[in-house]
Amino acid sequence: MSLSLLRALRLSTLAAMLALLGACAGAPPTNAPMRGTGDLGIVVGRADGTLTVVDTSARSALGTITGLGDLSHASLVYARDGATAFVFGRDGALTRVNLLERRIEARIMQAGNSIGGAISQDGTLVAAQNYQPGGVKVFDARTLKLVADIPASFDAPGEPGKRSRVVGLADLPGKRFIFSLFDANQIWIADLSGGGAPVLTKFLDVGRQPYDALVTPNGRHYIAGLFGEDGLAMIDLWEPEPKVRRILGGYGRGQEPLPVFKMPHLRGWAVAGRLAYLPAIGRHEVLVVDTQSWQEVARIAVAGQPVFVMAQPDGRQVWVNFALPDYHRVQVIDTQTQSIVKTLEPGAAVLHLEFTPRGDTVWISSRDANRVSVIDIRSFATLARLSVAAPSGIFFTSRASRMGF
Amino acid sequence: MRALLICGLLAAAPVFGQPAAPGASGQTVTDPARQQALIRIVRQDCGSCHGMQLTGGLGPALTREAMSDIPFDSVVASIVHGRPGTPMPGWKTLLSAADATWIAQQLQAGFPQEPK
Repeated sequence: MSLSLLRALRLSTLAAMLALLGACAGAPPTNAPMRGTGDLGIVVGRADGTLTVVDTSARSALGTITGLGDLSHASLVYARDGATAFVFGRDGALTRVNLLERRIEARIMQAGNSIGGAISQDGTLVAAQNYQPGGVKVFDARTLKLVADIPASFDAPGEPGKRSRVVGLADLPGKRFIFSLFDANQIWIADLSGGGAPVLTKFLDVGRQPYDALVTPNGRHYIAGLFGEDGLAMIDLWEPEPKVRRILGGYGRGQEPLPVFKMPHLRGWAVAGRLAYLPAIGRHEVLVVDTQSWQEVARIAVAGQPVFVMAQPDGRQVWVNFALPDYHRVQVIDTQTQSIVKTLEPGAAVLHLEFTPRGDTVWISSRDANRVSVIDIRSFATLARLSVAAPSGIFFTSRASRMGF
Repeated sequence: MRALLICGLLAAAPVFGQPAAPGASGQTVTDPARQQALIRIVRQDCGSCHGMQLTGGLGPALTREAMSDIPFDSVVASIVHGRPGTPMPGWKTLLSAADATWIAQQLQAGFPQEPK
């Protein structure tokens, strides 16, 4: 063996050892091979302000990104490259992270108390919805510089100019954002396509206490759930002059509501085929509505107060998790028979579910079991388990290409 | 004795389901294991609306500054019966009167952190 070959071998061994060391420390590999991002994702660890980057093909964790602050109720949206994510922290932080390099690229404190955000259709603007001070702030996705500040001000009895907490923020085609004002019973659209100050369209008296909302996958309908009354507010955004309609009004049928120990969440995942599956408030039911007639077609009794009601990518089954004290369970609804076909117990305190891009598996976070379970959507077998401290939200990069995510 | 029973159940995680006993007001929680369970419930589950740091969210802040001016009985009543017209539910089906009393005491004193 020649000396030069020996030297080359030593060098390559050294390089391998260094790479291994890097991997052990959870740091980004310095000589990482080029790879796509289509099968990557992030699991939020709410206890310690850490994001775990996961590979949904290998069903394993690639490493972590730390230093994200208060991640209770954290959510994130993806840039269209599927490599960059914008994380909205409870503490009002907006952080841009890179999944491939597994590092924070930029971070600002933009509010006192934040609840989530959205990214514009063209990927240039990121909007944060804030509880304190109530409103929406829009940022340049590249620089995180403030582009627009939209206070959610309204005239409450005896409190002119009061600011409402903002919920249900979603992107609409053409540099527009739509959101709901919990305290003002209003829905606003902010149009930033002109480049100047945002042009606001306000819908008043939409119903009492909109708590969250969704845009259907085609961007046509905005549906806000109402906490203060039985029913939901719906806007057909394709109408020449959109207006608010009440759907599923009076679904509680005058019965005393059950306590809601956690607010449900709405997103475009509610839609399976032409039907939308929506959580009732204060009733242990999933409401099924036809998205063409907007009539109720079924209501399905479930194991508790639904929190997430999520259709698989193919719409064949809908998966439901629950508020405490029933949050050790997940139930699966067959959309062809509107009946429950499976009840799973994947670990205590199920907080979130997410489907892999083509829907072969669902990933379920169990906060108190400190694990994420990877479950086959046909056999319901657990294919893998990942250890993550107090996992909450799971966000796969396939969201990057979906409106309303 | 009851505290011991609850303690034994904790390992299996069903920490809820101790309904508020009528006439039990004034009692508080002395069992350290139950106290730890309540700290976790408040930080993690109340935290989904009030924030894990209790700095507020859909629900108001529950920091010492925010809670110390509110009459003690009002704090206990809000936990047990909820606040009508708001999303705050009554927790009486999940927490005992002693639990609510202990939580209210801690909120007004500055709520303890979960151990790391």
